[in-house]
Amino acid sequence: MSAILEIRDIHTFIGQFHILENVSVSVPKGSITVLLGRNGAGKTTTLKSIMGITPPASGSITFNGQSLVGKRPYTIAQLGVGYVPEHRAIFRELSVRENLLVAQRGSDDFERKADAVFELFPDLKRLYSLPGGNLSGGQQQMLAIARALIPDNHLLLIDEPSEGLAPVIIEQLMAAIEKLSAQATILLVEQNFRVASKLADRFVIIDDGQSPISGAMGELIGDEALIRRYLGVT
Amino acid sequence: MVRTSRNTSIVAIIAIIIALLAVGWITAGSIGNFGITVMSGLFQGMLLFLVASGLSIIFGLMDVLNFAQGAYFMIGAYVAYDVQHVGGVIDLTTTIPDPNIRFVFAVIAAIIVGAGLGVILERGLLRPLYARPVFQLVLTFGVSLVLAEIVQFIWTTTPYSWTETFGIRESFFTLFDQRFSTYRLFVIGMGVVLIVGIAALLRYTRIGIIIRAGVEDSGMVEALGINVRAIFTLVFTLGCAIAAFGGAVAAPFLGASSTIGTSFLLQGIAVVVLGGMGSYVGTAVGSVMVGLAIAVAQSAAIGTDFSALPSITPMLLLILVLLIRPSGLFGGNAR
Repeated sequence: MSAILEIRDIHTFIGQFHILENVSVSVPKGSITVLLGRNGAGKTTTLKSIMGITPPASGSITFNGQSLVGKRPYTIAQLGVGYVPEHRAIFRELSVRENLLVAQRGSDDFERKADAVFELFPDLKRLYSLPGGNLSGGQQQMLAIARALIPDNHLLLIDEPSEGLAPVIIEQLMAAIEKLSAQATILLVEQNFRVASKLADRFVIIDDGQSPISGAMGELIGDEALIRRYLGVT
Repeated sequence: MVRTSRNTSIVAIIAIIIALLAVGWITAGSIGNFGITVMSGLFQGMLLFLVASGLSIIFGLMDVLNFAQGAYFMIGAYVAYDVQHVGGVIDLTTTIPDPNIRFVFAVIAAIIVGAGLGVILERGLLRPLYARPVFQLVLTFGVSLVLAEIVQFIWTTTPYSWTETFGIRESFFTLFDQRFSTYRLFVIGMGVVLIVGIAALLRYTRIGIIIRAGVEDSGMVEALGINVRAIFTLVFTLGCAIAAFGGAVAAPFLGASSTIGTSFLLQGIAVVVLGGMGSYVGTAVGSVMVGLAIAVAQSAAIGTDFSALPSITPMLLLILVLLIRPSGLFGGNAR
């Protein structure tokens, strides 16, 4: 499988702090790849580096053969990269419809796109005119993912989708993300190893700003020592 | 919680407006004088809105407190005065002899100059300083001083009183045995049209929805594929153009002077804080409240030794509101 996203040896600083030190990630087209690691390891910064929010100081990031380094976040998004950040970042004062409308690009048929999104998240149709701030945590997460689906994105970066959600909502989200993988490649950050292991085909461990190990998810599931060492779970 | 704080705001607004009208009624002595006080309050409120709305939207979206906003109001007044009168830098008196039509051109010229200077300030000077908020404050303050100097260089330091007559400025109507200026009514009407027009733009157009989203989280708007810097330029230009428009429509009443923008800027900042930083609804409501309060204070100060009352009233009102709602009437969750 060819890689849709190729990150090579990136170094990213936030202020004077050296957060990513030589991170490399390869995301095959059509896959669900998960970034795993402890809190503060650099997973979210890796996604932000891809989006150009915290641009890398050195190294290369290539998406569909195009370099993303030096590009502004809006240009990267326009190339077909959708971003669902940690804590959702939905617009609380805007209605569900308006949240989706902000993400519309060009002369796309918004209503058709919205209908396609509602097939995945039927709850959102019922909540269409409610302000985002009135939605529950799970509904906000659905809205954040739905917003990334309004444009025709080829790659979705999803940061901690299960964070703070009830198990039943996590199950719904997992089913939706699995369906999504049929139309877009997904790079996921997930702390919940049970969720990550069920969803992802591939994994990349991010540890202390580096990416020491990557491979097929099946290999990781069978290696308890590795899981204990890098993720602290058994 | 959100609903409770919004209810507190609405109760506070109603209580303050009723109190202002009651004091206005007592000090006016007759229904005719009371009508003049109310109309004067609405007139001043609309002029304040024209300065404060730009301040509020620019602050909400860009986190920039634009101290040059008053200078754009001043420039609007000078450009309109210049275009309307004989012997100006842009003398249109022979090209457009009808003063009514010339006034329309004068207002359009003021808007164009305000918008042009807004683009120059945002693109040329502010853009490199987005990561440095303190520098932005100093810059916009410095720009306001430079613009005042430029105005004095072009039009001298002498303040101008509007002398050119034109239809709407000279006409009056009678109500309750009192003569009311039609021009004041016209400015109030223009202010209401702008309040509704901007509200409709923010509510119903995609660009307005993007601006409201940007007020909440401009970084996320950019991550969704929108060039936020272009939106910044648009909003900043719009804010400066509205301020220049305010100066242009104020000039037939207040004339043109290099200090005209300063008092409106200070009162405009009071309005923005009172209404809730970055809240458009708060700015509109706050403008009307402060305008009414100034007019009532002017009426109350007649024949007394409290001549400074009208100028300190906006700050007194601001203190009162902040005691009730520390984040302003529509600040925080009540946007």
